[in-house]
Amino acid sequence: MIENKIQKILDKFNRDKTRLMDILLHIQSEIGYIPQTLIQPIADGIDLSAADVLQTISFYHFFTLKPRGKYTIYLNNSIVAYMMGREKVAKVFEEECGCKFGEVTEDGLIGLFDTACIGMSDQEPAALINGKVFTNITTFRAREIIRDMKQGRKVEEMFATTFGDGKNASPLIRTIVRNRMKRTGPVLNMSYKAGNTLLKQVAQMTPKEVINEVKLSHLRGRGGAGFPTGLKWEFCRRASGEKKFVFCNADEGEPGTFKDRVILTEKPEMLFEGMTIAGYAIGAKEGILYLRYEYMYLKKYLEDVLDRLRKNNQLGPNTANIKGFDFDIRIQFGAGAYVCGEESALIESSEGKRGEPRNRPPFPVEKGYLDYPTVVNNVETLCSVVRIIQNGGDWYRSLGTEESTGTKVLSVSGDCRYAGIYELEWGFTVSDILEMAGAENTLAVQVGGPSGALIGPDDFNRTLCYSDLATGGSFIIFNESRDILRDVVMNFTEFFIDESCGSCVPCRNIPTLLKHKLEKILQGHGTEKDITDIKEWGNMMQINRCGLGHTAANPVLTSLKNFRHLYEDKIQKTVEFDSGIDLAEAVAESCEFVDRIPKF
Amino acid sequence: MSKPIIATTSLAGCFGCHMSFLDIDDRLLDLIELVEFNKSPINDIKNFTNVCDIGLIEGGCCNTENIHILKEFRKNCKILISFGECAIMGGLPAMRNDVPVRECLEEAYLSGPSTVNEERILPNDEELPMILNRVYPCHEVVKMDYHLPGCPPNADLIWDVLHALILDVNIELPYEVIKYD
Repeated sequence: MIENKIQKILDKFNRDKTRLMDILLHIQSEIGYIPQTLIQPIADGIDLSAADVLQTISFYHFFTLKPRGKYTIYLNNSIVAYMMGREKVAKVFEEECGCKFGEVTEDGLIGLFDTACIGMSDQEPAALINGKVFTNITTFRAREIIRDMKQGRKVEEMFATTFGDGKNASPLIRTIVRNRMKRTGPVLNMSYKAGNTLLKQVAQMTPKEVINEVKLSHLRGRGGAGFPTGLKWEFCRRASGEKKFVFCNADEGEPGTFKDRVILTEKPEMLFEGMTIAGYAIGAKEGILYLRYEYMYLKKYLEDVLDRLRKNNQLGPNTANIKGFDFDIRIQFGAGAYVCGEESALIESSEGKRGEPRNRPPFPVEKGYLDYPTVVNNVETLCSVVRIIQNGGDWYRSLGTEESTGTKVLSVSGDCRYAGIYELEWGFTVSDILEMAGAENTLAVQVGGPSGALIGPDDFNRTLCYSDLATGGSFIIFNESRDILRDVVMNFTEFFIDESCGSCVPCRNIPTLLKHKLEKILQGHGTEKDITDIKEWGNMMQINRCGLGHTAANPVLTSLKNFRHLYEDKIQKTVEFDSGIDLAEAVAESCEFVDRIPKF
Repeated sequence: MSKPIIATTSLAGCFGCHMSFLDIDDRLLDLIELVEFNKSPINDIKNFTNVCDIGLIEGGCCNTENIHILKEFRKNCKILISFGECAIMGGLPAMRNDVPVRECLEEAYLSGPSTVNEERILPNDEELPMILNRVYPCHEVVKMDYHLPGCPPNADLIWDVLHALILDVNIELPYEVIKYD
């Protein structure tokens, strides 16, 4: 029975090993988990070894070899969730279920699991329950949810509130997630008419003209790295290859970021139009939207949009009536891995492998997906392109600052009255944004998520732009009631420990060592040497292969730079060395086991 | 002027680093011209009888005796060197660090496939050192001054380091000597 199902799924993907992610996602949605006994048949079916299949499964957070319950609750454990009361909610879930996080109830009904930021930082605490998003969970709601589960209700019947604003309520989404668009600009502006730019303008342009217009705009990558988009496209256009690919990076895993979720909900046509324009510019026929697993609730809706675009000649054979331009887009889902937001890891993942970043060069523009030249752009970048073609590069350059042109969509969350999405021209100061968001008594702001910088009031007059505070969009506000080291830095460091792919030694080890140092300092055993160690070891992260590895020590390093007094207040000034080891505690377990009273 | 004094010990190690030390071969003869040995397995002196200039520590700390000895060394040596991988990082013994100590003891003394212990006797004599929850590298227990990498450290490296310390000259450490990957 199961065997047949597996064979059908394998056939659906032409027994293509590069589609292993899709195969596993299908099997898991069919059975609820991936039974160990199926690994060999899957491997045989797509000409891989069992170890290859297993290593892909084991890499991703949402793939599991063991059942995780008829109802699986993935409760977000990102910083903002904790700030908004996650701990209490988690406790109620545990009490009501009679099991701990990481476990499944004895009857197999409910599984409780942690998960990293699910892109709902403006409506925490939030959880994914069987793929559906639950936001603003209170202890009362947690009790209700478990009660409903014990009564066997369907997950979609458990929403106790109306559907969210905008398209969130549309029949193909039907989620309680809210957009919270606080300020719109060119990307989020409602005046957009789907397809106009592609059909009327791009169809009259040569690919070179398209690239030139983008270059003229000085648009830079909006995922965080800020590489000039026009240049990337030009490199890819010039690279030789039988085929070329356009990828949209919608992995949005940086804690505190949720702007792509809103764009995907409200402006998917614009994003797909941007991908199509990119495809035309570089000479690609296939576009792939790499969408994070957490946004699976948008799948039907996005597929419906793609179908509509195909019908309107905005995709498919002779797209936009451009002869020979047969462009189409498919959605590739991830399965829970922050590192897949790194472009070469994203490509590896799309090829069915572990999401480990590649060595560069060669860069993806030369050798990317299936070794063909590939452009990977962020959701927001591709949307901006549509506006640039529509209104011209000169117009776009008139927005923002001289070297950071255009706008940036920020995801604002944390201690403020108006959390949500803000589209702003580059050049606003941190204070401006704090004021807009209604933040008071602000102690610190995390700009650019955990991989960015933690800054204090002395830096609030700094501006958001590539030459000062560059950001992929995450903007988390902490007020004076927060304990920066214990709550913020520790949470972020644990995040990086979980999300390292394990390939480079410093990234695999140093964040754990830094966590130990931090614990030691927090317990009052720290010395000056611990602070110098943190600094020296943290700097070693630069020899890691990818951007994640380079920045994984940033929570500790930037807090040490901008909040040094917090560390210094906690260390012992007169002691040169403190091991921090409590000998009685260290021998307690072994002595108990051998029935011996410890004596020193 | 009296000769510099060296002490050595092996904690949770395999004595491999000491074997590598002996691999300096005929330079041992040069070494004993230059230094005097105090507490060390090489001469079997059990207790410190003098303040030492250099202490070489092989192995990390897996029990209370290791910690005691390491602290003694810190007290009695001016310069303390983590000598080999186990001293620096815990090495092979630290592979147990991810397993609860209870499970390690159970497998070793009760349930292991090669264990015969029908009376289920567990080592709990007061004379025995107590087992720590994990294996600690030396620098987490006391302040260490230098780290000498390798499993074991290459004999030439050991010689060069001691030679440089004793004669107070600069040492060349080419990449190949300290790269282990």
